[in-house]
Parts: sequence; structure tokens; C-alpha cells
Amino acid sequence: MIEIKNIIKDFNDSRVLFGIDGKFLPGQPNLIIGSSGTGKTVLLKCIVGLLSPDEGHVYYDQRDFHKAKKQEVREIRREIGMLFQGGALFDSKNVEQNVSFPLDQLTDMPKDEKLDRVNFVLKRVGLENVNKKMPSEISGGMKKRVGIARAIVNNSKYLFCDEPNSGLDPQTAIVIDHLIEEITEEYNITTIVVTHDMNSVMEIGEYVLFMYKGRKLWEGSKDEILHAEVNELQDFVYSNKLLKAVKAESR
Amino acid sequence: MKIIGRYFLFLLSLFVKREAFNTYVRLIIDECIKVGIDSIFIVAIISTFIGAVTAVQTAYNIVSPLIPNYVVSLVVRDMVLLELAPTITAIVFAGKVGSNIAGELGTMRISEQIDALEVMGINSSSFLVLPKIIACILMYPLLVILAAFLGVCGGYLAATLTGAMTPDEYIYGIRADFIEYNVTFGLIKSLVFAFLIASISSFTGYFTEGGALEVGRASTKAVTSSCIAILSADYLLAQLLL
Repeated sequence: MIEIKNIIKDFNDSRVLFGIDGKFLPGQPNLIIGSSGTGKTVLLKCIVGLLSPDEGHVYYDQRDFHKAKKQEVREIRREIGMLFQGGALFDSKNVEQNVSFPLDQLTDMPKDEKLDRVNFVLKRVGLENVNKKMPSEISGGMKKRVGIARAIVNNSKYLFCDEPNSGLDPQTAIVIDHLIEEITEEYNITTIVVTHDMNSVMEIGEYVLFMYKGRKLWEGSKDEILHAEVNELQDFVYSNKLLKAVKAESR
Repeated sequence: MKIIGRYFLFLLSLFVKREAFNTYVRLIIDECIKVGIDSIFIVAIISTFIGAVTAVQTAYNIVSPLIPNYVVSLVVRDMVLLELAPTITAIVFAGKVGSNIAGELGTMRISEQIDALEVMGINSSSFLVLPKIIACILMYPLLVILAAFLGVCGGYLAATLTGAMTPDEYIYGIRADFIEYNVTFGLIKSLVFAFLIASISSFTGYFTEGGALEVGRASTKAVTSSCIAILSADYLLAQLLL
């Protein structure tokens, strides 16, 4: 489980996050949603440790991440897997080397065992026979899958996904969403997904935290979101013509 | 001053939370091939021509019959060893290798590859930059030795083929009044220049912010900053060590 308490972050005397709280449970996708510029990625970076919050705490199973000793921080980091918006695959390495990278750097696994593990996770994300391809030779959807494979190859306990569907067509986006959901449930990982895609919310949003201008305005599940009585949330949810039509139809 | 402070903090971060030694060996070898082996051709071409031009221009300037011909090759030798091989090669090295390093790291920064390393708990600056600096320090002096040799050879070809002097005169000149310390000085300069090029270019690329335009700017800035640092260090070292 990941718990955040009163996360405050300023950039150049301008406050970006205003005391965000949240509890992200394992075994279910946890979504942080909001429109662009609302602080979702800044919050994610504070949770993951790429940024340090000016105030507040991030607890990884009761371990305070930003106050922990260096060795403990290093141990927590080795339990983290992250899928970046653009995949962040290493250009100079092929798919197999990219996925194997955390094992190469963080474990003493023998070569055969590493290769077996890499092939296993690639198969799990639906990719086979692409081991020797370079990142420039695979599609956007495949890059995201390789990114997920790399994020889980070292048996991560925590998985973070920053806009996993950006740049993907609707069908591939749903495939990626379901892959994240399946892996989260199968391995009982604590998964946090940052997105502004309502389709993702309706597909996998077991816990949804809505942010608006740096504040947490609402939290709940995908079943509750359509009827939540928060104006800003309703504007966000029904900004999409499809959902507007669904709302009109249901009336 | 802020940038200089940040630069030194960056250098310090290379040695904190280092990865295992084995990790660096493979990376250093890969970088040695990139910065060293791949630079041989350009260094060879430039140093040969620089030696040739130096010989021709020196011969052109030495018009007094009281000055023996072998002085031309003596001048070529000392100029190549003291200045042309380490410094001109450094300028070229900064343009080729420095811009490459800055571009590579800048692209990694904007495509979040550096963030990916940090999230995994890897010290990205140490992992990415330290092998580059070590590779440059290992390979650049070898390139300077090659440049010095080819510079002298280029001078030989130019001086003898143009009839400015005989081969025996040229060989006599490059052996006359030879000061061994000039070689040492040239190699000390090469070590300093290699460190400056690699560290400044890495610093510029590592802290790139923005998009493709900023990566291009970082590459250019790496080259110009490296050149300024090289020339400043060139003067300081000459003042201190000669």
C-alpha cells in the first residue's frame, strides 16, 4: 500500500500541490485523474521520488520514503516499476536488453535465469519474437508493453504509469489498460495510474482520485464518478461528447 | 557562479552511490570505442594537414640564409608537441565527441530515460557520465600521441615534397635540441582537456530541459563552453608548467 499525507509542492514561489492526501491499495488500479496542468504528474513524481515534496509524507507500506535512510530508499526503489509517458526505453538497447536492464543492474541472477524471466514477462504482455528489435523499430503500443514488461520484470511491488495511453489508438489503449489491471490483480501490486483519459477511468478505475488546480477535489470509484456532485468533476467527466450523449440518454 | 557551483556539485554526484565496479567496465569499453576508435580518422586527417601547413608556413617565414633549414622541422616538432596536437585536436574533439555526449544525454533527459534510471535506484549521473569521462581520459592522450606523430609526418611530407628541405635535414631538425618535457607537457594538457570536454559536455546535456530545440542548443553550448575552457586551461597550464 502507498499512503500520501498532506503533499505540498511549490515551484518558484508558486504552489502546485495543496496538501494532497490519498491511500492506494494493492491489487487494484488506482487512478489519479484531472485535466492537463492540474499537478497529476508532479504528484506522481513526488510519490516516486523524482521530486521532493516541500511538505508531507509518502509512505510505502508504512516506510516514509522521503525521510528514510539512503539504504532504505534504495530498497524501496528496487521495488518500484514505472511506465513513462513515452515509454522511456533506452535507445541504444534492444527490447531484450531493455527488459533485462533492471535484472542486470539490481540482481545477481545468472544469465539463463534472466533470459527466462525476460521471455516470461514479454510473453505476459503479449510480445513474442521481438527480443532483438530496437525501440525505433517497434510501434507505440509495443513500446508501452515493453515498458510495462521492464517495470514488472524485477517482481515490483509498486507500479506507476504516467499517461500509459497517450498517443495510442482507442483499441490499443484498452488493451494496455486491461494489461495493467490484470498484472495488478495477478501479482497484487500497488498500481497508480496518472491519466486524463475517461475511457481508462471507466475501464479500470477501482479507486479514482480527482485533482483540480493542485487540490484533491474528489475520490471514489468508477461506479460513483458519473453521479458525483462536484461541478469541476462533472465538467471533466462530461467534457467528452460520448459521455454527454450517455448522460442525456440515461435521463 | 551558480552554474559553476552546480557543475562542481554535478562532479561530486558522480562518485556518490556508485554502481558496482563490473558495471562500469563494460560501459567504459563501449565509450572508449565511441570516443577513441571512432575519432581516429578525423584526428589523423586534421593533424597531418596541420603539420604540413605548419612546415610550409614556417619555411616561408624563415628567409634568412643564416638560419639552417633544419630549424623548420624543429619548429614543427615543438609546435606540434606543445600546442597543435593537444589543443587543436581538443577543439576538434570537443566538436565531435563533446556535441555527441551532450546530444545523447540531452535526448535521454527529454525522453525520460534518465528519470527511468533514477526510479530504478541507479545513480544516473554516475552510471551515464563517469564512463564517458574515464573513456575520454584514457583515449584522448592516445589520440594526441597519434596526432603528434602524424603532425610531424605531415610536416615531413610537405617540407620534402615542396623542396623546402631535404629529408635528412628534416630528420636532423626533429631530433635536434629535443626536450623530453615537451612530450610530458603535451600529455598533461591532453588529460586536462579530456576531462574538461567530457565533464562540461556531460553537464550541459544532463541538465537539458525542454524539447528537441533545447537538445540542439545544449550540443552547441557544450562545444562552445568546452572550447572556452580548453583555451583558458591551455594558457593557465602554459603559465604554470612552462
